[in-house]
Amino acid sequence: MVKKLKQHMHNKKFNIVLYCAIAIIPILFGGVIASLTKGSLPAFREFGFFQFIVSTDWDVTEGHESYGALPFIIGTVATSLIALLLCVPFALPVSLFVGEYFRDTKIANTLGGLIDLLAGIPSIVYGLWGFYILRPILMSLGISENGFGIPTASIILTIMIIPYAASLSTEFIRLVPQEMKEAAYGLGATQAEVVKHVVLPYCSSGIFSSYILALGRALGETMAVTMLIGNTNKIPQSLFDTGNSMAASIANQFGEADGLKLSSIIAIGLLLFLVTSIINYIGRLIIKRSSL
Amino acid sequence: MSFNSKRIGKDTLLRNVIILLSVLACVPLFLILGNVFVKGIGQFSLDFFTQTPPDTLSAKIALNNKEQIPGGIANGIVGTLMTVVIASIIAIPLGLLCGIWLSEFRERKSAGVIRFIVELLQGMPSIIIGIIAYLWIVVPTRTYSAFAGAISLAIMMLPMIIRSTEESLRMLPHELKEAGLALGGSLYTVTFKVLIPTAFGGIMTGILLAISRVIGETAPLMLTALGASAIQWNPMKPSSTISLLIWEFYNDPNLQSLIWSASLLLLILVLLLNLIAKQIAKQWKI
Repeated sequence: MVKKLKQHMHNKKFNIVLYCAIAIIPILFGGVIASLTKGSLPAFREFGFFQFIVSTDWDVTEGHESYGALPFIIGTVATSLIALLLCVPFALPVSLFVGEYFRDTKIANTLGGLIDLLAGIPSIVYGLWGFYILRPILMSLGISENGFGIPTASIILTIMIIPYAASLSTEFIRLVPQEMKEAAYGLGATQAEVVKHVVLPYCSSGIFSSYILALGRALGETMAVTMLIGNTNKIPQSLFDTGNSMAASIANQFGEADGLKLSSIIAIGLLLFLVTSIINYIGRLIIKRSSL
Repeated sequence: MSFNSKRIGKDTLLRNVIILLSVLACVPLFLILGNVFVKGIGQFSLDFFTQTPPDTLSAKIALNNKEQIPGGIANGIVGTLMTVVIASIIAIPLGLLCGIWLSEFRERKSAGVIRFIVELLQGMPSIIIGIIAYLWIVVPTRTYSAFAGAISLAIMMLPMIIRSTEESLRMLPHELKEAGLALGGSLYTVTFKVLIPTAFGGIMTGILLAISRVIGETAPLMLTALGASAIQWNPMKPSSTISLLIWEFYNDPNLQSLIWSASLLLLILVLLLNLIAKQIAKQWKI
């Protein structure tokens, strides 16, 4: 039977199978866009696309329901940008450590492996750790009253995106041609000068794109943020205030939602999808352009 | 002279700063692993793997008597196993075929477009995949189910498997394929008898890492598998998973000590998968 099957599996049939499989990818992607758009249409029809984005109302009272996404958009952007800023001073040294200073040594592989493990820890465990360990620390430092809010969520996000930024940057740093570095050493440059004047300029666009892609990760992160941001449906008044993010608002309110509320939540999902897709698009475009 | 010693000083400084910050970046890993281990190991017992979680009341009574909370997370273990296995059954063959297509037709313009879409899919937040699985599976079947959860996990795994398969196949020397074809093998035979076995290490590593990334996934399962208090073997019924149980325990102050053991189990699974993946990658290095 197996032999017979093999005999019949000529190139053509195999090709057809391959094409059928690959056709699923664009269908899947198109289906995601279509379903999200269709699901969010009632909300956009009721409030208007731009009104939905800039409105700050989130009123679930029946009769005068009103939904606007601005508080969530601001919460998502604030936490992600802070996390991006905070992750650079750690991710950049790690990528230089693994890709340049201790390249191909055992210690570099170990450190790289440990950082990669950070990416493997489930989001909900990060959330727990943030809730039970980090939150009390921030409270005792007086950073926030009850420990919830943008600072706590941002710090956890920072830890979560360091491995993404670091491992991709490492790959770009490793691509710097040895000859260029040797030429600089030959001119008498120290390693610090080589890093500053040769390595980093050579792969600056690649490193930049790593951080763009890490930002994309942070924007969509759900569980850890849900557990730490405080889930208040209002615009945060300061960087130490509580708030809510797009992903967290979906996770929190999807369960009991129907009708216009469900549609508004899906609309937030569509917005989040558009934002992360654009961020990822820009990141990939920079990598492609720099043809690293 | 002083100019040079200043330069050398700067060089040493940068080097030390880089070492210091790199080590600091690893600290959270040890803190998290350590915390979860210390707080979670106490609940590990046979009951933990075979019983379902207690209700709030009996947990509170046990807490008041300073006893160990009875029960375990068997329903979560079964659910995680079921969702991950179904997701793998869907995502692995499909991912392999797509990876083969991308590597086979790599020069085509359409391959570039597909590769791009795969990258966008990989960057898609998991909560949105949850919404999609809800709209596609939960709404038409009119029930939350482990199957719907598995679909969301499969959508997450797919891009990872596609990329690792394609990258592993592309690393193979072109002569390998040509030799197979010259011997009269069909594309099918050459792919499955020559290329896939040679690239097995990379492909398998990608699959295991994809599983390890979705095994602790919570957000999409909240919208699809929902959760259940009893062990549920029927994939078309709502089911709990380890991650969903953690979320449940998190919202119930009496069940807190079970949180850490459930997290510990998840971390052990993730670490184990990562270790096996590393070992396979090392042994099957081309």
